[in-house]
Amino acid sequence: MPREYRTIQEVAGPLMLVKDVENVKYDELGEIELPNGEIRRCKVLEINGSNALVQLFENSAGINLAESKVRFIGRSMELAVSDDMLSRVFDGLGRPKDGGPEIIPEKRLDVNGTPMNPAARNYPSEFIQTGVSAIDGLNTLVRGQKLPIFSASGLPHANLAAQIARQATVLGKDEQFAVVFAAMGITFEESNYFIESFKETGAIDRTVMFVNLANDPAVERIATPKMALTAAEYLAFEKNMHVLVIMTDITNYADALREVSAARKEVPGRRGYPGYMYTDLATLYERAGRKKGSDGSITLIPILTMPEDDKTHPIPDLTGYITEGQVILSRELYRKGLMPPIDVLPSLSRLKDKGIGEGKTRADHANTMNQLFAAYARGKEAKELMVILGEAALTDIDKLYARFADEFENKYVSQGYETNRTIEETLEIGWELLRILPRSELKRISDEYLDKYYEK
Amino acid sequence: MFSKGTIKKVAGPLVIAEGMRDANMYDVVRVSKQRLIGEIIEIHGDQASIQVYEETSGLGPGEEVESTGAPLSVELGPGLIGSIFDGIQRPLEGIMKKAGSNLKRGVEVPALDRGKKWQFSATVKVGDKVSAGDELGKVEETSVVTQKIMVPNGVSGEIIEINSGEFSVEETVAVIKTAKGEEKITLMQKWPVRIGRPYKEKLSPDIPLVTGQRVIDTMFPIAKGGVAAVPGPFGSGKTVVQHQLAKWAAADIIVYIGCGERGNEMTDVLNEFPELKDPKTGSSLMERTVLIANTSDMPVAAREASIYTGITIAEYFRDMGYTVALMADSTSRWAEALREMSGRLEEMPGEEGYPAYLGSRLAQFYERAGRVIVNGSGKTEGALSVIGAVSPPGGDISEPVSQATLRIVKVFWGLDSSLAYKRHFPAINWLTSYSLYTDMLSGWFSKNAADDWMEYRQKLMNMLQEESELEEIVKLVGMDALSAPDRLKLETARSIREDFLHQNAFHEVDTYTSLNKQYLMMKLIMSYYDKASEGLEKGASVEKLVGLPVREQIGRFKYYTEDEVNAEAQRIDKQISAEVDEAVKTTED
Repeated sequence: MPREYRTIQEVAGPLMLVKDVENVKYDELGEIELPNGEIRRCKVLEINGSNALVQLFENSAGINLAESKVRFIGRSMELAVSDDMLSRVFDGLGRPKDGGPEIIPEKRLDVNGTPMNPAARNYPSEFIQTGVSAIDGLNTLVRGQKLPIFSASGLPHANLAAQIARQATVLGKDEQFAVVFAAMGITFEESNYFIESFKETGAIDRTVMFVNLANDPAVERIATPKMALTAAEYLAFEKNMHVLVIMTDITNYADALREVSAARKEVPGRRGYPGYMYTDLATLYERAGRKKGSDGSITLIPILTMPEDDKTHPIPDLTGYITEGQVILSRELYRKGLMPPIDVLPSLSRLKDKGIGEGKTRADHANTMNQLFAAYARGKEAKELMVILGEAALTDIDKLYARFADEFENKYVSQGYETNRTIEETLEIGWELLRILPRSELKRISDEYLDKYYEK
Repeated sequence: MFSKGTIKKVAGPLVIAEGMRDANMYDVVRVSKQRLIGEIIEIHGDQASIQVYEETSGLGPGEEVESTGAPLSVELGPGLIGSIFDGIQRPLEGIMKKAGSNLKRGVEVPALDRGKKWQFSATVKVGDKVSAGDELGKVEETSVVTQKIMVPNGVSGEIIEINSGEFSVEETVAVIKTAKGEEKITLMQKWPVRIGRPYKEKLSPDIPLVTGQRVIDTMFPIAKGGVAAVPGPFGSGKTVVQHQLAKWAAADIIVYIGCGERGNEMTDVLNEFPELKDPKTGSSLMERTVLIANTSDMPVAAREASIYTGITIAEYFRDMGYTVALMADSTSRWAEALREMSGRLEEMPGEEGYPAYLGSRLAQFYERAGRVIVNGSGKTEGALSVIGAVSPPGGDISEPVSQATLRIVKVFWGLDSSLAYKRHFPAINWLTSYSLYTDMLSGWFSKNAADDWMEYRQKLMNMLQEESELEEIVKLVGMDALSAPDRLKLETARSIREDFLHQNAFHEVDTYTSLNKQYLMMKLIMSYYDKASEGLEKGASVEKLVGLPVREQIGRFKYYTEDEVNAEAQRIDKQISAEVDEAVKTTED
């Protein structure tokens, strides 16, 4: 039986100071027993001699300095895992939330995980067909990639994420897959939207959910993604499943981090977020991937809402530096009625080059992709010019480019949330659009493919 | 006797230990029974602040801390090439064999394989007098890298024993009689990472490091022994630029430091480099590469050490007379690691929370680059170039790390997100970037590439400069308002951008361009401009000149292989003349 301390010295925000402790370790998990018998969890953030600074995972209401008791339980936070987790719903700390029984653990895993040895990684190179042209054709997702959706308040990121979860397949293969869904501080409606969408397609049987809603304690959110990723690692690397992890919303997670950092009076970095936020986010995102000796994979799609639609805000900025690309939703395109409103120019998939081409998608994919990007960029420039100077100011070729840009948005990008396009269909639409331009403009496509597809 | 203390406080990667009065600053210590590696970074009385290079969870007060009495050092000797190490030079492949695919704590594997035997052939004999830096013999490490086994620094005297044959890195290959007694020499030596390895004399950087990247070699060249910075927002292609340089730079040795970046990027290098052939030697690129990886999920304190580990290894090869290029991706993550430790030490922060010594630390690091005459009795030259990526938040280079870097480096390759959105790669902005080596290198280029290399370069630069001015006008009043010669300038500038500066790193041929081909390309584009200008004067219409079919061929010139370029350039040049003449004629009719 671990020792009980009644020496809580102060409680301030999510932090608590416990005096005169012995043999307490850094990062150890603790339990606080309230006078009414309720038990809450906390972890050691700093240990200085006999003083332990702990961080609460739940709210501090009801903690009483005189009568509350603290025990340290000699291990860091763990998650009980087993096959039975599939189709279950848990709260942000991994306790069943769906009224079902506790999981009978096959094993307990430390939620912090350990860094993957870069020498043991398998490079992600298997094409995932999401059925969304703007992703498959231009910002290709591959297995084991971490590709966030940069969204903003009021944009339909949930629809896009659910569409990806519904439609994602690897061509020509029939393998075990699972979805792990982590909700951090989102509303009931949004969370329910995902649940309903998983139910519709029957994916719910292969889904594990960790749900921390907007009215749940904010500090609990710090643990939620770690729980989800631990479950994902178990399913991927021990059960050899292909796991798609959707985490929403990272912005709420980062805000919770800031709350703890501010309470500790740490020197803040940009916009008050802690200086170690990069490292902290990296320890989440980097858990995605594939590794040698296991057939499974973790593909990670974090969703974040950019405050003020600002891509240089620390949360999207640091995320972009860690993840392997980003899919950016644009308010302007949303207003134009594009579904999904993916802004393809600043979007990027860093791993696409290894996932496309002969044997994976089609040999002309890389060429057409580059050409579509370049042509759309030039078309947009032409349209801007047109706004200022009128159509008459454009050269003939620029008028074609302007038309190309419009058609591209309407035909290629805007496909609706129910359409599931194969990669052939996506490439074909690409060629159809490129035929708007004269052949001599298509410098990024080799003659071989021009002969084969353009002249068709 | 090394000091032994006990832990008093644990806060993240920072551990404070008591009873450490005898320890030295920057000594390596072993923390707790798990023997985690740490380094002393501050001493107050008998309390030492220690940054621990491994995860500290589970540590608590009262556990033991033991100083090793030595600063953080790396092992230098055969076995470095082709390996991947973590920030404190533990071999990641070795760790994987021992501990599986995830990094666990307290795993001890020596940096250099102790069991492997190397063929050592002595090049000096008993009785020879040698001093520090002199060659004792050679070990052929890979088919392209031969390691010189050198007399360690601080040792000089007469050789009393030396043997050729097969040795492991710890076995004695020679004995030197010094003033202080007999010194046994092994294939391996150690060197503290925070101290630069000594050399005789620094030379001025007047030879370029040819990279095969057109925008770099032609526009903003870097010198052998030079320093360059690549700042850019995420998605602008910093890592691809670094990888391209690691692949194609004309260096003998590449040290690539992945500092706080993605795990998959290191895996990519590990997978791809063994497959690629060095254009100079024909051997695999991995046979000249050393990798240091501290990915963003690995412990943050080791990130701080990783760039020192990397540059010390680079200096070791420089001392053998090699041309070494070091890439650090990214120095911003290193600076953030510095900031994190500084914050935990409760130091007074400077700008944006970075410690006040950020600038001087960065300068110390970059200043270890240079072209030098190495230690030893000969006049051997070695060079170490450093190319650091910077990841400014939001791409805004007014932040402290970028600014401190720009004060030191001589080459600035500014990456631009708007170019990246158009998929113009490398997204190096030709208007804001600069190279202060250009003048020093002009002599070399005129001698070794082409007499009029610098003139062509200047013409291209002027054209791009004029384009940016003309574009301002176009934005205001439209293309029609431009005179015919100005239209032609705009079109030529577009050709420079799309046909010359744009380079596809993933295209088999386009990924590397020799200086000769770069020269031919510049010449073709300017030849089109000159001839078309003449045509204009003779009365040809600008629409016709802009729409000449030969322009598509200029655009596709980059895809010709090196064997074809000379003939093709001549052919296309003739065709330009013919088509311009034709345009003049048809207009006259």
